[in-house]
Amino acid sequence: MFADIHTFFTTNWLGIAILILLQCLAVTVPLLLAVAYMTYADRKIWASIQLRRGPNVVGPFGLLQPMADGLKLVLKETIIPSSANGILFVIAPMIAFMTALVAWAVVPFDNGWVIADINVGILYLFAISSLGVYGIIIAGWASNSKYAFLGALRSAAQMVSYEVSIGFVLVTVLLCVGSLNLSKVVLAQSGWFWNWFWLPLLPMFVIFFISALAETNRTPFDLPMSEAELVAGFHTEYSAMTFGLFFLGEYANMILLSALGAVLFLGGWHSPIPYAPFTLVPGVIWFALKIAFLLFIFSWTKGTLPRYRYDQLMRLGWKVFLPVSLAWVVLTAAVLQFGGWLPKP
Amino acid sequence: MASLDRTARAFLLSELVAGFVLTLKYMFKPKVTVNYPYEKGPLSPRFRGEHALRRYPNGEERCIACKLCEAICPAQAITIEAEPRDDGSRRTTRYDIDMTKCIYCGFCQEACPVDAIVEGPNFEFSTETREELMYNKDKLLANGDRWESLIAANLHSDAAYR
Repeated sequence: MFADIHTFFTTNWLGIAILILLQCLAVTVPLLLAVAYMTYADRKIWASIQLRRGPNVVGPFGLLQPMADGLKLVLKETIIPSSANGILFVIAPMIAFMTALVAWAVVPFDNGWVIADINVGILYLFAISSLGVYGIIIAGWASNSKYAFLGALRSAAQMVSYEVSIGFVLVTVLLCVGSLNLSKVVLAQSGWFWNWFWLPLLPMFVIFFISALAETNRTPFDLPMSEAELVAGFHTEYSAMTFGLFFLGEYANMILLSALGAVLFLGGWHSPIPYAPFTLVPGVIWFALKIAFLLFIFSWTKGTLPRYRYDQLMRLGWKVFLPVSLAWVVLTAAVLQFGGWLPKP
Repeated sequence: MASLDRTARAFLLSELVAGFVLTLKYMFKPKVTVNYPYEKGPLSPRFRGEHALRRYPNGEERCIACKLCEAICPAQAITIEAEPRDDGSRRTTRYDIDMTKCIYCGFCQEACPVDAIVEGPNFEFSTETREELMYNKDKLLANGDRWESLIAANLHSDAAYR
């Protein structure tokens, strides 16, 4: 009986399809829950920084607030402006949301807990995060509105700029690991928490985090939706669930980049102290805690910093981060080569 | 040396770190939010809220229809009609306040020689229709009966300063 089930799920195409579907559900459902509660955590953190209370009416401690917000978005009417390009207008949020979810396929949650354990994981993530720009730029163009268009242009330019320095950060990490496979990246960081890459590659970690803020259009780089000048940026014309998809995609992207940060620099599923009480905790929990920590810094940043001017943002991306990360790639490569620490292929 | 100092500070993100530490400290400070409607802030005895027409302790209404409030009202929100009552005393037959016109300046209660029209401590009288905000004499007298104890206490505590 058990053997039958096993052969069904490993050889029959239907069985394999069901298994893959279940795996996808096992990732997306907790992810969407995390997105919902990330909005809640965000609002609570900003509120406490500003000495306010934040959502506290819907449910105990306002815990049902994200559900109420989601329900509201689903029930509202989707308005498609008469001058907009209808098809692209509807497709754009789907692209933005899908690219944010699809990237999770290669993220290792624990040793072996990954949907697609491919050897080009980092490359795949990089490609998918570049595709996310399409959703935004299509949204801005299809809305046929000046605010949306300017917001989309800003957003696209900003994401492309900071992707370059993120690229160099990734190159540094993979130089140290010798593999593009994300599970191998994590395995290369076993041991005490100072063995994780955040310490040996500290400047790169900082650059990665700041670029991640820019990549997800978060404060201090939230120029695409700077309310004072662009209303809401590329999603100005969006309402109800089309807006909801952008919103979910944005937060999923934020969680994705935090997960990437956790994998690349904070030792993925490893416990900070490689001894008994800590190693008994499942790796998924450590991974989630690391993601939560990075997300907290995301919100904390939003509560702290004012918005950059656009030329300052571009200056930081191209004239500071690009040379520094490039120099660090060369430096890391040189140290690895002449120190004899090159990873074995 | 100054430029080195500046560069070092820029690279170590010292200003950013200082800002982040400050906001982190604020995160753990007590909240300043008053949790309205479960908590309410303190009100001055001079607070000018919803209007009320008061009565004497024997139940006789105070208003003598002198129309000073109607005259002084800068928003012209008050409308009064009066004629002698059966017992010969002068009383209003109509006392309307258009609460949508009222600017809550308090001139009516200043003008009133008998402390009949007052602005009480109630500020939670929002309605769902505009018509409900056209107060008539019955509504104002009912307000007076409802808030009399608070209004009397407020007038008493403020009397020394008038």
